[in-house]
Amino acid sequence: MGLVACSRCTRVWPAGTKVCDRCGHALRSRDTHSLQKVWAWWLVGLGAYVPANVLPMLETRTLVMREESTIIGGAMEMAHHGAYGIAAVIIIASVFIPIGKFGAVAALALGVRHGSSISQLRRQQLYEVVEYIGRWSMIDVFVVAIVSSLVQLGSLAAIKPGPASFFFALSVIFTMLSAQSFDSRLIWDADTEVRKGRDARGTKGRDARETADRGHAV
Amino acid sequence: MQTADPLPDDLEHLIACPHCDAVYHVVQPGPSERAVCVRCHTVLIAPRKRAGMQIISISAAVVILVVAATLFPFLSVRVAGVHHDSSVLDAALAFSGPFVLLSLAVAALIVFIPVMRALLILYVLVPVVFDRPPARHARHAFRFAEALKPWSMAEIFAIGCAVALIKVADLALVNFGPAFWMFAVLVVLLVVQDGFMCRYSVWQSLEE
Repeated sequence: MGLVACSRCTRVWPAGTKVCDRCGHALRSRDTHSLQKVWAWWLVGLGAYVPANVLPMLETRTLVMREESTIIGGAMEMAHHGAYGIAAVIIIASVFIPIGKFGAVAALALGVRHGSSISQLRRQQLYEVVEYIGRWSMIDVFVVAIVSSLVQLGSLAAIKPGPASFFFALSVIFTMLSAQSFDSRLIWDADTEVRKGRDARGTKGRDARETADRGHAV
Repeated sequence: MQTADPLPDDLEHLIACPHCDAVYHVVQPGPSERAVCVRCHTVLIAPRKRAGMQIISISAAVVILVVAATLFPFLSVRVAGVHHDSSVLDAALAFSGPFVLLSLAVAALIVFIPVMRALLILYVLVPVVFDRPPARHARHAFRFAEALKPWSMAEIFAIGCAVALIKVADLALVNFGPAFWMFAVLVVLLVVQDGFMCRYSVWQSLEE
């Protein structure tokens, strides 16, 4: 079609336009380095996730004892105290979501390169879930910040953040960058050949009509 | 495949889905209608009546609340006669020593970025809503505000408070300061603000 679209403000320009005149965003039909960036951030994110789980997250000091707890150790302790809800929130936000994210981003990136048995719509939805949910892993860092700023009771009790909080925050930030580097338009590229020539007007197109081809400037 | 390139004038009436790059002719949806990408179901256009004014008031409220919530006491603990107050900034600056960078990052995520986004949105929308020409560099400002969106984490901080409270509750008696309630309101406002904003309409108004 000889067009290139702005992924920031949805404006369409003739192919070869370098910068969107409406919002100033750099125009690229596809981010050709997308997958490289995804994998680079993914790897450093995974690298930071390991010390985040091995090193102590909180250092608790009271009159009688001093203990260090890791993310999982802290959640286990909450569960022993009967706070199953909180233990579940921490385990979900700091274990299931990050690991699920690593898996999902890897699956999306591999799917672009090697094709995937999952439908494109499902993969797009998976990507949106990953983008939306990734930020929520930061909750554990905030909990550590609040608890350790609050519990400063002199010699009675004091809680200090451990080194794991730093690596955990790094891991969350890196995986967010990894997900953001992914150009979701790549999911749909394999689709072009199949759809060419077919009337692309969908059944749900009550309010937006698709033109005959996609704005893929080749 | 069309052979003839559409004229640049025509391109104004096209919209490309930012997620899957499908191109559509714009059909402006009526009130309470939304334009949705047929292929990947991304919402493309969702105008709301008087949304501009609502977003402006919410953004102004967000700025005031974040600034106030940062200054007032946030939570306090009391155990065996020992008392300790903590503000949002204290929480952000809890990481000391080698982790000062993390303190800065946390302060940015929960205070500076939400405020900056609200200010940028005010800067962009106030002239547009009051029928003035767009402010200088309004386009760049709005693009920056959009880019900051995933990094604005005040609402996550609020849920973090709830978790932290329960964690501390069996160790000491916790009291809420005024800032705590401000943060609670702030979270609701941030969610509402996001739901009201139709990006396409804003870009359209900046282009005219």
